[in-house]
Amino acid sequence: MAPPSGTTTILPPLDRRAVLKESAYIAIFVFALAFGLVGFKTEDVPGGLEIVTRFGQVFVAALVAFVGRLGMILLREQRPVPVLWGSAAFAAVMLALLIGNLAAPAADLTRYLPFGSVVINWLVTLLAVVFFGRAVWVLRHRSRAVTAGREAVMDRVAARVQRSARVIGPLLLGIAIVFPFLPVADRWLLDIAILVATYIMLGWGLNIVVGLAGLLDLGYVAFYAVGAYSYALLATYFDLGFWVCLPFAGIMAAFAGILLGFPVLRLRGDYLAIVTLGFGEMIRVILLNWYKFTKGPDGISGIPRPSFFGLPFTRNPPDGSESFHSFFGLEYSPLDRIIFLYYLIIALALVTNFFTLRIRKLPVGRAWEALREDETACRSIGINPRNTKLTAFAIGAMFGGFGGSFFATRQGFISPESFTFIESAIILAVVVLGGMGSQIGVAFAAVILIGLPEFFRELQQYRMLAFGAAMVMIMVWRPRGLLAHREPTIRLFPQGPPVKEPKT
Amino acid sequence: MSMLTVSGVHTFYGRIEALRGVDVTVEEGEIVTLIGANGAGKSTLLMTICGNPRAAAGRIAFDGREITSLPTHNIVRRGIAQSPEGRRIFPFMTVLENLQMGASVVDPAHFQEDVDRVFTLYPILKERRHQRGGTLSGGEQQMLAIGRALMSRPRLLLLDEPSLGLAPLLVKQIFSVIADINKTQKMTVFLVEQNAYHALRLAHRGYVMANGQIVLSGTGQELLANPEIRAAYLEGGHG
Ligand SMILES: Nc1ncnc2c1ncn2[C@@H]1O[C@H](COP(=O)(O)OP(=O)(O)OP(=O)(O)O)[C@@H](O)[C@H]1O
Ligand SMILES: [Mg+2]
Repeated sequence: MAPPSGTTTILPPLDRRAVLKESAYIAIFVFALAFGLVGFKTEDVPGGLEIVTRFGQVFVAALVAFVGRLGMILLREQRPVPVLWGSAAFAAVMLALLIGNLAAPAADLTRYLPFGSVVINWLVTLLAVVFFGRAVWVLRHRSRAVTAGREAVMDRVAARVQRSARVIGPLLLGIAIVFPFLPVADRWLLDIAILVATYIMLGWGLNIVVGLAGLLDLGYVAFYAVGAYSYALLATYFDLGFWVCLPFAGIMAAFAGILLGFPVLRLRGDYLAIVTLGFGEMIRVILLNWYKFTKGPDGISGIPRPSFFGLPFTRNPPDGSESFHSFFGLEYSPLDRIIFLYYLIIALALVTNFFTLRIRKLPVGRAWEALREDETACRSIGINPRNTKLTAFAIGAMFGGFGGSFFATRQGFISPESFTFIESAIILAVVVLGGMGSQIGVAFAAVILIGLPEFFRELQQYRMLAFGAAMVMIMVWRPRGLLAHREPTIRLFPQGPPVKEPKT
Repeated sequence: MSMLTVSGVHTFYGRIEALRGVDVTVEEGEIVTLIGANGAGKSTLLMTICGNPRAAAGRIAFDGREITSLPTHNIVRRGIAQSPEGRRIFPFMTVLENLQMGASVVDPAHFQEDVDRVFTLYPILKERRHQRGGTLSGGEQQMLAIGRALMSRPRLLLLDEPSLGLAPLLVKQIFSVIADINKTQKMTVFLVEQNAYHALRLAHRGYVMANGQIVLSGTGQELLANPEIRAAYLEGGHG
């Protein structure tokens, strides 16, 4: 099908009616969607709420969708020229208006902008620029092999990123370590960094189950919850410290993982996903209703903060004892505790990462990957699928439990509300979008999915919409995940004999 | 005592009876070929020997010890390796990783030696050692499937249609390698084939299966000379 490069391509004729129809469908779809979501807005006015209508915006949105879809079809059909000019003109006008508005707010240029929200205007402009770039690309590579080419390019990028992980990894780690001492790192940014790092760790933990073993787990939050409650309950009932509770929390979560693992041993794909989803909800419902033990919806408060090897981060330690700042002779700063939490989660995440990297090369880890590819073949080479699956669930869950303990000690208060399905969904999204099995991809996806939205607070509820849209786009554009690339675990001959490994 | 004894084995898929009382023996050091029409139950027999699906009745013994109700992975650990129908190599793993997976049940100390042996049998695999299994050609995948089975240092090798979909030249090569493994490594081979002519010529003994039962057996030469077999499996081919 693909003509060899260099020859002139004969384009099939364009079915104008079909093209218009397809674009119109999208426009109607967007219109219907936006009518309810954007068309009406409640506004606080003295004496109550008032409904404000914004139908103009709805029409603009439908029009943008129509033109955008038209552009996409034209690009797909190898007709980049109209898109080239159209997007260039649009982007130029938009940029002029937006920058003009920044430079001279008094001129009130926003009147001419299509959307009410500045962020959306910027996004639309960005989209136009992307279209322009694509049009240029298509113009230069006029061939049907574009899609394949793009895949190949991204594959190569992914492969290169993975290979250079030896360099990039320590580099990113270095940045992560000095980050709290950079002048930009204020309380707000540190909090975001802690949040992102938490999801990176959870993503890496879930990656063991989903990415390596290929078991689609929609209830990962259950283990997060078990870890959090294990720590909270042990700490409040028995007055134990964080470091003592951490391994217990991990073990409890691992047990929960095995508990989930047994009934789902025979299930795959969709069925497995449904049962794990149910399991996640079950744990939450138990926490909610076992009032005597977990205090139900009231949650558990007063969870002890972590200490620095026994030194608490308090301003005024009780008489006769030291706290972190007095022991080191420092000025008291409330940031100390945050920075400590930051390092704590970075350390936990690193442990998860090193564990995963290491275990991939051991028989268990290799069996996980083989199981993901073909369970029947696994049996026929002597792998016990039951034990393999159970270890994957248990170990993935253990890291979820560590993450949960961290969450509890960071918040100081937990309730079942923190462990809803949406958490599982977000963690899974981090894994899937990053590229299943790719450690760097997961970190990257966590930064994009968790970090970026924090900077778009202005978008309010549309944040989630944008989150969804971004996810859909990535899945359409690169279904295996952004940085999906599997690095082989063994190389022979060029680099000498393989390392001796213990028997299974 | 025979190495493998299958006696009176019945296997069901739900209510379909795929094997209706099968008796087969394989002696140490033999190549035994099983031929039969599509749907006769040949693959089912190989899979039943490996315990997946389980035999509903009858018994299967390996080295005189009953393995009828062992789980598949334990049967493999006893020394039976299978290159299953449809190859079933791991598509996202490299050739080398596939071979390494095959060695899951043996001491890793043997790894280098065993890999070298597979690469001597199939030099093309050595060239492709870092290529993903899924991107190999059909013939290369077949070689990899056999190679992976060999990596577990089996005493009995079960092969399900190793020549399926291969060019005539490659078919010859696959069979000559099987004969070679049998001679040099003293490997016992139980072979299911559609390619009756080659497979029977290679075999010490053969069985013919129809409708879940063994209908004929004899030495390879006998079966090749049998007029019924010639009519049913060989005419038009190499007849
Ligand atoms: N998983 C299954 N579920 C139900 N029926 C099955 C299953 N596998 C095989 N069968 C049936 O069992 C019978 C024997 O199948 P089998 O695969 O053993 O045949 P075969 O001799 O290997 O044929 P071929 O030469 O085409 O590979 C067939 O009728 C088939 O339809
Ligand atoms: Mg078959």
